[in-house]
Amino acid sequence: MRSIIDRIKEGNVLLSDGAWGTMLFHLGLESTACPELWNITNPDKVYQVAKSYVHAGADIIETNSFGGSKLKLDMYGLGDMARDINHAAARISREAAGEDVCVFGSIGPSGKILMMGDVSMTQVYDAFSEQAISLEEGGANALIIETMTALDEADIAIKAVKENTSLPVVCTFTFDKTVKGDYRTMMGVSPAEMVSTLISSGATIVGANCGNGFDGMVEIAKEIRKTDQSVYLMIQANAGIPEILDGESNYKEGPEEMAAKLPYLFEQNVNIIGGCCGTTPDHIAHFADAIKLHNENK
Amino acid sequence: MEDILEQLSQCIERGKVDIHAAFPSDMVGEPGADELTIKAIAQGFSAEEILNKALFSGMQMVGVRFRENQIFIPEVLMAAKAMSTAMTHLNSFFKQSIIQQKGTFIIGTAAGDMHDIGKSLVGMIVEGGGWDVVDLGTNVSTQMFINAIEEHPDCIVGISALLTTTMLNMEKTVNEIKVKYPNKHILVGGAPVNQSFCDSIGANFYSSEPHTALDYLNTTLENHQQ
Repeated sequence: MRSIIDRIKEGNVLLSDGAWGTMLFHLGLESTACPELWNITNPDKVYQVAKSYVHAGADIIETNSFGGSKLKLDMYGLGDMARDINHAAARISREAAGEDVCVFGSIGPSGKILMMGDVSMTQVYDAFSEQAISLEEGGANALIIETMTALDEADIAIKAVKENTSLPVVCTFTFDKTVKGDYRTMMGVSPAEMVSTLISSGATIVGANCGNGFDGMVEIAKEIRKTDQSVYLMIQANAGIPEILDGESNYKEGPEEMAAKLPYLFEQNVNIIGGCCGTTPDHIAHFADAIKLHNENK
Repeated sequence: MEDILEQLSQCIERGKVDIHAAFPSDMVGEPGADELTIKAIAQGFSAEEILNKALFSGMQMVGVRFRENQIFIPEVLMAAKAMSTAMTHLNSFFKQSIIQQKGTFIIGTAAGDMHDIGKSLVGMIVEGGGWDVVDLGTNVSTQMFINAIEEHPDCIVGISALLTTTMLNMEKTVNEIKVKYPNKHILVGGAPVNQSFCDSIGANFYSSEPHTALDYLNTTLENHQQ
């Protein structure tokens, strides 16, 4: 398999997958259950999600390991299973991916704020290291540290990956629009601050995920490009802000609507495009058509 | 004479804990909440004056500045740390019942939801506003809320959720609390929550950010006292 970096260097926009959590809930995951435990207890359903994105045309699929660090699993009393859970997560996605699709092992935030002192830097580093090693052993081709908001935690996670695996690191942050109209994470980090810090920490690809919908992501991509025209950029937008209807959450931005807006991301030279919460294989299939057209006509 | 209360209020607002603190960088070497509280007591200010004119006013500005995105979570955490440092010098006055808390606020994250940060932030702002806060933590079952209400019958309840899936568990908790305690005030908040969801589950108030939660508690208290 060609490396993801080589494929980006060829100049094509690559397509990643969409949401995992909302898909697993549709398959019966209960809201009080640990999603990552399904890698062990319901591997066929996790495989089903992974495969659905391969069929939709994704070049990259992630793993069901967003909350798979020991620190997060401890909240369910499953911290001791971190190694097995992450290994299984990568194995399932690797099997679904086949020859041509790349697997990004997902690493989400620890859920702790380092400056509060309720967890040490060493504990965070060790938890991310264990997760990274297990995902690599399970067959991940790169690791994605995502939905981050704090520079210190992202820096530790990137170092944990770089110092314990041979995999390239992707790191994406989650921004909100401030009342002044610019973008910051809840910890106050701007897109520009994110880019410079993550590159010096050792990330190969940076970007943004989650958020409040597609339009916001275009503005964030612009802010990133204002400070760095050449960094490899990945954007995974939510399908808007969810609304509750009849006891179920509904995301408003449909596959056609989001796919029609992809040219705004092409204009910003975004290298990898995918979806986050609320996006489905149908969204990704529509993205695939738009990206194919773009790559053929570039 | 009141300059010291103004200075102390500034230390809370800026999160200046003590003279040794490196944060904020433009106040390095200056006395912080720790030293100024001791000094204010020595100058004869009552604990109540220090609380109302310095600590609460400082925390109120923190709430306003957070709402206006002038500051973010790290600055709020530092302000809360400065506040709790000042409070260590005032605790003995509380124990002697010289000053009273406004009331009790019970807060927790909805069942199934492990997110701590937003809920804790609300707790800090409310505590900084003079309320006794009972933090039940994350993944709080309906029964845990009911047990806490039994222990603090006059409390007001806050429930937080960060996920669209767990916000649905709020409804069950609100319903069961309202069956047992029809007049109990319940406020809800969190990223996916909005006013129409709050209305649909029968909660009393939707708080879009920490300071509106404190405003609601204070208003409820005033209405109750009238």
